[in-house]
Amino acid sequence: MSKRKRLGTLAATAASVPITLFGLVLVTFLIGRVMPIDPVLAIVGDRAPMDVVEQTRLELGLDRPLPVQFVIYVGKLLQGDLGRSVMTSHTVGADIRHFFPATLELATVAILIAALIGIPLGVLAAVKQGTRTDHIIRVLCLAGHSLPIFVLALLSLLVFYATLGWAPGPGRQDVVFDDMVPAVTNLLTVDALLAGDWEVFRDAVAHLLQPAGVLAYFSMAYIARMTRAFMLDSLSGEYVITARAKGLSAARVIWKHAFGNISVRLITVLALTYAGLLEGAVVTETVFSWPGLGLYLTVSLLNADMNAVLGATLVVGLTYLALNLFADAAYRLMDPRVK
Amino acid sequence: MSTTTLRDWLLTDTPSSRAQAAWGRRYRLWCDFRANPLAMAGLIVTVLLIAVSLLAPWLATHDPGAQNLANRLARPSAAHWLGTDELGRDIYSRVLYGGRVTLGMVVAVVVLVAPLGLAVGCIAGYVGGVADRVLMRVTDVFLAFPRLILALAFVAAIKPGVTSAIAAIALTAWPPYARLARAETMMIRSSDYIAAVRLTGAAKARIILRHVAPMCLGSLIVRVTLDMSSIILTAASLGFLGMGAQPPSPEWGAMIATARRFILDQWWVPTIPGIAIFVASLAFNLLGDGLRDVLDPKQR
Repeated sequence: MSKRKRLGTLAATAASVPITLFGLVLVTFLIGRVMPIDPVLAIVGDRAPMDVVEQTRLELGLDRPLPVQFVIYVGKLLQGDLGRSVMTSHTVGADIRHFFPATLELATVAILIAALIGIPLGVLAAVKQGTRTDHIIRVLCLAGHSLPIFVLALLSLLVFYATLGWAPGPGRQDVVFDDMVPAVTNLLTVDALLAGDWEVFRDAVAHLLQPAGVLAYFSMAYIARMTRAFMLDSLSGEYVITARAKGLSAARVIWKHAFGNISVRLITVLALTYAGLLEGAVVTETVFSWPGLGLYLTVSLLNADMNAVLGATLVVGLTYLALNLFADAAYRLMDPRVK
Repeated sequence: MSTTTLRDWLLTDTPSSRAQAAWGRRYRLWCDFRANPLAMAGLIVTVLLIAVSLLAPWLATHDPGAQNLANRLARPSAAHWLGTDELGRDIYSRVLYGGRVTLGMVVAVVVLVAPLGLAVGCIAGYVGGVADRVLMRVTDVFLAFPRLILALAFVAAIKPGVTSAIAAIALTAWPPYARLARAETMMIRSSDYIAAVRLTGAAKARIILRHVAPMCLGSLIVRVTLDMSSIILTAASLGFLGMGAQPPSPEWGAMIATARRFILDQWWVPTIPGIAIFVASLAFNLLGDGLRDVLDPKQR
């Protein structure tokens, strides 16, 4: 397929994005409107006088028909206005800017760990297909698929924090380091490096490793499994037989010829896994009191802070969509075999 | 009929009736399945789980709701095989009854979701055109959210509890089935036997219902079984986050949520329901893997 034609199909995929986006916004809007909690009372409190309640209702446009309300909602969204969180009394947009980087940091470190362990494991399992090594890796992966992430997180706290004392406790950093470095990116490790403060950096990394490791095991299983499947496919290719016949070393055949051909598909898998981590982050952050978007979401849920819930849901949906699109684009543009 | 002749009857190369051929095919699938020890382990554990959940009232040693504050957070002993929780309730009995809640949720979700996904996928795939595009766009929207997060938002909008958790999981679980059924239907649609049925003047609904949908069932069953473990995990996560089954229900996720603060001192209290979730989820994963190898070899 020619490059232009491939770009054409990519454009078609991109054209479907606004429709999906519209659906995404519509779904969050509808969730917000079917809820039994009165958004007016949530703001003014249930002891407010009747006329204040009415006034607020008019200000929020809640007396208008649903389609009009939807247009107002979309208009506000386009201006980046997600409403105000009752719980933090900041705008939801500001809250998300504050909490999202923590999740990003957690998920990025997790995917790095997962890829660094999962890909070699998958390759190993494929090369040793049918042997005991293959079976052990398979069981390890299935366990990762089947273990609820909050149980793993609790057990990890029990073992590494309470029993062995290797890991620091929950949270993102030690209290003594609070606000020690200026928040530039809100990625604590990056901020510490920018400020050149090694103590804060070490503390941040120490706090990061345990939740990221828990999250990584969860995605490692999927990465290893897919790598194994791709490698089996690739290893049975004729070019691999040719490479072997030429007398190349086993390592060269495996890593250069067989692995080289699956790298594009692996990028797709990594992008999808990264998206999946957002989900795992919700539970992990709750257990480790990690002040990210996941914890923000669950705390808002328990406090019926609907603006915050919908804002966070929407942001997660958008990120998820962007990563899916990236996976799709990488696959289409970089792999010449895609028809 | 002795066993050897039954086996011969099933494995004959020249079946004399449709029923014999069908049973023969099923028997061969079973032989393939039986050869996979991990899959068999999954099947046995799944059957045991179902049996134990159904028989919970007879197997339990205590009332799962009975509190005994004098004997809280007790270690496993002869009286309480798996110890007691923070209200002195018997953990063994609660885990048994918890199986009912979890498996009940799984069954409810599957019963809601599988027919819906199958219907949407078959209609979109067979009818094509505008209907296909609209249905697939709707599917895309639901696929655009991570499952747990959409389920959380839905439950928060309705009201935390088992019923809303089932509805929320169902709402987020159907799109992959629709995608799968659509892909299968697109392949079946252009086959000769469908053309033949169409020539006899059969209505669209009849073709979809009688000739297309049954062909999608194999891959759908595999997908459902593999999905059951993720339904279990989502249900448990909802329970853990306080949005699923509510205490005092002995749902495994909710049990862990209330017991998590004892992880450092009485670690068995939150760990035992965790093991229950793990075993159930692993069993369905193994079973699904085995079924896939047998029913859907091309997807290995």
